Amino acid sequence: METVITTDKLTKRFGSFVAASELSFEVHRGEIFGFLGANGAGKTTAMRMLCGLLTPSSGKARIAGFDIYHETEKIKRNIGYMSQKFSLYDDLTVSENIRFYAGIYGMSIPAIKQKTKELLEELQLVNEAKTLVRELPLGWKQKLAFSVSIVHDPEIVFLDEPTGGVDPVTRRQFWDLIYAAADKGVTIFVTTHYMDEAEYCNRVSIMVDGVIAALDSPAGLKHQYGNQSMEDVFYELARKAKRGE
Amino acid sequence: MRQLLIFIRKEFLHVFRDRKTLLMLFGLPIAQIVLFGFALSNEIKDSRIALVDYSKDAVTAKLIGKIEASHYFDIQRTLASGEQLNAAFKRGDIKMAVIFPQNFGDDLIHTGKATLQVVADASDPNQATTITNYLESIVTDFNGELAQDAQQPMQILPQMQMLYNPELRGAPNFVPGVMALVLMLVCTMMTSVAIVREKELGTMEILLVSPFKPIYIVIAKLAPNLLISIVNLFIILVLSDIFLDLPVKGSMLLLLFCSILFIMTSLSIGLLLSINAKTQQAAMMGSLMGMMLPTMLLTGFLFPIENMPLFLRVLSNLVPSRWYFIIVKRVMLKGLGFGAVWKETSILAGMTLFLFAISLRNFKIRLQ
Repeated sequence: METVITTDKLTKRFGSFVAASELSFEVHRGEIFGFLGANGAGKTTAMRMLCGLLTPSSGKARIAGFDIYHETEKIKRNIGYMSQKFSLYDDLTVSENIRFYAGIYGMSIPAIKQKTKELLEELQLVNEAKTLVRELPLGWKQKLAFSVSIVHDPEIVFLDEPTGGVDPVTRRQFWDLIYAAADKGVTIFVTTHYMDEAEYCNRVSIMVDGVIAALDSPAGLKHQYGNQSMEDVFYELARKAKRGE
Repeated sequence: MRQLLIFIRKEFLHVFRDRKTLLMLFGLPIAQIVLFGFALSNEIKDSRIALVDYSKDAVTAKLIGKIEASHYFDIQRTLASGEQLNAAFKRGDIKMAVIFPQNFGDDLIHTGKATLQVVADASDPNQATTITNYLESIVTDFNGELAQDAQQPMQILPQMQMLYNPELRGAPNFVPGVMALVLMLVCTMMTSVAIVREKELGTMEILLVSPFKPIYIVIAKLAPNLLISIVNLFIILVLSDIFLDLPVKGSMLLLLFCSILFIMTSLSIGLLLSINAKTQQAAMMGSLMGMMLPTMLLTGFLFPIENMPLFLRVLSNLVPSRWYFIIVKRVMLKGLGFGAVWKETSILAGMTLFLFAISLRNFKIRLQ
């Protein structure tokens, strides 16, 4: 299987505090990789390093085939990112948002037009193309934000708690989008606090106090820890944490 | 490059969508021009004046002694020719010149009358009125003393001349002030708010993860404010020409150049504020308190800087609008060229470079 993320003892220190310690793992193409951990476990730090927002203190990593130290610009072209805040411009319309994000990735004008049309159809937002994002329901905004984060056809998309504060039905629909993207070969790297979502992932890693405490498929983890649900597995690992928030 | 244009386009969309703010931005200069029509008057001490005595007789010596004895003036006696006086006025070195013509004493004794020439720089009308009034009262006093001593009536007649602004209107002083205030406010506040907003929305993270260059973010944020400010500048100039009868006397090009320089200074302050502010409110308060107050108080258009305590006078040197105010007064009102404002222009340019360099540096650090 082709790997798109490889890390080897990736570490980030802030002074004497080790936020992420010797992370080593691989993520395969088209995989949905769940990145779990309690608040303060070091998830965000790890994700920021992988996105090129933070320079690691030590260790190695390759993202989409590019070195995390020397080829951040190339990495940036090949990844997408969506945060909890959805990151859309409220005072711009749906199609203006799509156009803007496609634009800053350097897509050509005809390509942007084509992509906008496709996306609007896919999301069934054709009639809302000229609606300001602020007037959209939360669930639609979230789906739009996801589509926008992969508008430039990245190899990997990083989702930082993408479903925070969203109702279960909408969350379910959101995951349908994630599956569709993964089927097209986009690798999904997702952090979440919802254990039902962890079950949707192909593989899950659980961070505790800056280290990866467990990494396997949900079924494998449940088997390994002899628990009925991911909830129990997570709880068993996370309560060992010494670090607070 | 296309990416940058797309970003700039987006910034303009933000600006034009927000009708209320837009209205405020363009309403501000108009309202200010109207409001500041009511000028304030102040007491003035130690004004620099020139005394020129072509007569050098007992009477002039006595009157000069009296003028010197008052605490109103800081007297300079080295200037002799009309040209030197003119140059000193243009440089702003002196606020008033008192000239005793030849045969002053003789005229007074033999004809009972003598004319005293008084020339004041009226580009700041409050100050000009106040200091000429001081002088007049000294002369009136002196006339009284003469009347007591002499057998025949004797009188000195001061002949007033107001330079640059003969009608003593307040407008010439407050228009440059309003220009400085409006440009400073719009640029600083709008820039800082626009950048902090991206942080609040969480879109800044997305931009940083994208291949879009951080410097482009800065340029795109500055572009609409630069344009709005130039439009504002023209609104003010047109308004003051039509309604206040105050045209640009000097080079329009020079004024525009200096204004854009000042706009850049303000934009870089906005950039700096945005790096430290976490919320839009904080950015706005920072701009208002941090920039608007010093601009109003320490620029010299509401309160003369000469009268301030040393601490404030030193502090006022750090306020960019103070230098811009001087430039506008000289270029717009006095019609002077670059030679008269190169010093102020260089100071502004230096400030801009310095501020821009530290904000860009900090902006980058934030991203890593």
